[in-house]
Amino acid sequence: MRVLMFGWEFPPHITGGLGTACFGMTKGLAKNDVDVLFVVPRAYGDEDETNVRLLNASDVTIDIDHEKDRSYWERVQYMEIGSNIIPYVGPEQFANVLESDRHVVEHFNRSGSVFARNYQFSGKYGMNLMEEVARYALIGSSLATKYDFDVIHAHDWLTYSAGIAAKETTGKPLVVHMHATEFDRSGENINTDVYAIERRGMEAADRVITVSNLTRNIVINKYGIDPAKVVTVHNAVEPNDKPKSEYERSGLDAKVVTFLGRITYQKGPAYFIEAAHKIHQVDPSIHFVMAGTGDMLEGMIRRVAQLGMGSHFHFTGFLKGEAVDQMFAMTDVFVMPSISEPFGIVPLEAMRLNVPVVISKQSGVSEVVKHALKVDFWDINGLADSIYALCHYKPLADCFKDEGKDEVDSLKWEAAAKKIKAVYESVVQ
Amino acid sequence: MSKSICFYFQVHQPYRLRTYRFFEIGKKHYYYDDYSNRMFMRRVAEKCYLPMNELLMRQIDKFGDKVKFAFSFSGVVIEQMEQFAPEVLESFQKLVATGKVEVLSETYAHSLASLSNPDEFKRQVMAHKHKMKEVFGVTPKTFRNTELIYSDEIGAAVADMGYKLMLTEGAKHILGWKSPNYMYANAINPKLKVLLRNFKFSDEIAFRFVQDGFRAEDFVNWLNALPEEEEVVNIFMDYETFGEHQQAETGIFDFMERLPEAILKGSKFKFATPQELAKALQPVSAVNVPNVLSWSDEERDLTAWLGNPLQDDAFRALYDLNAKVHRIKDEELQQDWTLLQTSDHFYYMCTKWLSDGVVHKYFNHYASPYDAYVNYMNVLTDFADRVNQLSKRKVKAE
Repeated sequence: MRVLMFGWEFPPHITGGLGTACFGMTKGLAKNDVDVLFVVPRAYGDEDETNVRLLNASDVTIDIDHEKDRSYWERVQYMEIGSNIIPYVGPEQFANVLESDRHVVEHFNRSGSVFARNYQFSGKYGMNLMEEVARYALIGSSLATKYDFDVIHAHDWLTYSAGIAAKETTGKPLVVHMHATEFDRSGENINTDVYAIERRGMEAADRVITVSNLTRNIVINKYGIDPAKVVTVHNAVEPNDKPKSEYERSGLDAKVVTFLGRITYQKGPAYFIEAAHKIHQVDPSIHFVMAGTGDMLEGMIRRVAQLGMGSHFHFTGFLKGEAVDQMFAMTDVFVMPSISEPFGIVPLEAMRLNVPVVISKQSGVSEVVKHALKVDFWDINGLADSIYALCHYKPLADCFKDEGKDEVDSLKWEAAAKKIKAVYESVVQ
Repeated sequence: MSKSICFYFQVHQPYRLRTYRFFEIGKKHYYYDDYSNRMFMRRVAEKCYLPMNELLMRQIDKFGDKVKFAFSFSGVVIEQMEQFAPEVLESFQKLVATGKVEVLSETYAHSLASLSNPDEFKRQVMAHKHKMKEVFGVTPKTFRNTELIYSDEIGAAVADMGYKLMLTEGAKHILGWKSPNYMYANAINPKLKVLLRNFKFSDEIAFRFVQDGFRAEDFVNWLNALPEEEEVVNIFMDYETFGEHQQAETGIFDFMERLPEAILKGSKFKFATPQELAKALQPVSAVNVPNVLSWSDEERDLTAWLGNPLQDDAFRALYDLNAKVHRIKDEELQQDWTLLQTSDHFYYMCTKWLSDGVVHKYFNHYASPYDAYVNYMNVLTDFADRVNQLSKRKVKAE
């Protein structure tokens, strides 16, 4: 079985869970004898290609006058390039980006650029995102004709157009994977262009895989997709590189409670701070860390200062690679108070280093994990309570440390990949 | 009655903090960016301190007793000169040795202690006095607080320490219709005389030299246009005006080279040091300053260092440690305690926009006020941890 897989990120060049999940997934698929051709907008050359063959979309040349490329273009008229609204950026940031990148906006409006012979993708989430998505679709169609495969698998809205293009060109079945919906990212203020692409992708697909039942419900109810088509395959987590004993411990003689993730609306950082404040008034010895960066970072720093907690609440900035595990090794309690988390691999990464976790009930990962304290994201008192308990009641913390580790070790990508393979088999004739 | 012109220059550089991460808390206890501090010191020495010192020496050689100046040196800038640019310290020592330069008193760390803790304030003033004696062989008699911060109460506290003259800003909001060109007195303790900076004249040189494009002769004309009965014009500036804030290309050095001669030959003004003025002039009235002011930014208040949540939280967290710190006799800890109080740390956390933002960025090694706050708090957390550990040990021993 061979799959042509369209992704947007691949480790180490990641900003969030998407790349991490794809990496683990492809490894698991390899163990299940599935060959993966993994397309990324931009490969840097330092990716681990043990389990995939990485195809760099920036290397692909398109000749729009060439019959095959043109005919695809004619069949796929609906593709919109005009939109210049960026889904991952809030309104103030967008204004700032506009101010600093005026020339990019101008470039963007020349629709001819998408059809250039060569196109260098940034692979990031910037001003030209929509343009890159459209271009990726053209690449998708072109690549599909060059390789042999049984099924197409596209991850998240960014790649759906490419998946559709590949399907149209080759007739092979399409599986789309929903790691995060527009509702997860933006609450009710969704970007309608992105929503339209998500919906189109899921309608054109033969199967839709969601990373949790939470997401599956959103797909069925908010996108109107036929339930028979939607399958949940929970994400898993890679085993850790080094045992906890090999990492340094915190130099503070105090409990450390950590939030690690993008500092943005979806992840509920504000709830973390309010809960921290409540705890601080009862036990001022506990230290809190917010690790990550995002559009809400400055607002969160201000709020901490306003609450007079700067001496006990620390910001590390974006952590990557080993620094993430180093942070976990220094952590006594990990918190993920997400407002809407389709899955949430990060708590699993914490658990594999023997860290007890508190997670929001509004997350996909709470469906699979037993050894975690679960609260509603808005329940600040509950959140504070759970964190305090794990800091003060040693038997409870110890229980989670050991059992949590065992549980996470059993959540293997190999098992998830087996389910994905079954989905492939169900659509391949 | 001849009129006086009093020049005073502030010399200060902070010990900047290095990037100090959460991961280092409890483990690494050296907080300073030696590389940056050395770089900034050598740069300001080359562009400003050395050439300007030479310029002033030339004036003194030429005009002898007819020209004089006043300087303040923070304890931390002296330390950095000792460490990174000893030839600059020698150059200043030469200037002071001419006897035509008065050295002023201030807090050792160029700190805001006067706003928080009277004992700590006094301790730093004493420490600074000792340093001036050690380095220049003089005991300073005139006081100026960090960035000319002043209020009736602060003035009274300074008078209690034995000072008879203090400098501050002649801000519009305290003077109203009155002119800064007279000697005033503290509103609580009239024994403390107060000299007020003439910001119009001072800012012309310090900030508007390029826009307003004037020559030494023009400046003297403005001086001559002042009312007959006015007694003094106080030109107080940051020494870095010469060569840094105003780059050499603007002609600022030529201007200063010509200015003393232009003043002496073209006007009735005589150069005077603050102490000379304290002896010669009587206060015309008290100056009422119920709310703290400074010479900083448009507002001339404390908002450059305090007022936003970041600054307030950091300031409070710092001075909460005051009581405990004083009971611990650890030299390194005491040194860190002093250096962490330098007002610049709070200055970097300022989130004001507009033109003041540009001045705040000068010599600021942080990308944003948020970075400044996060970094400072990381350092402070480690420092607080050390204080707590050492306190516990002390209690156990007692």
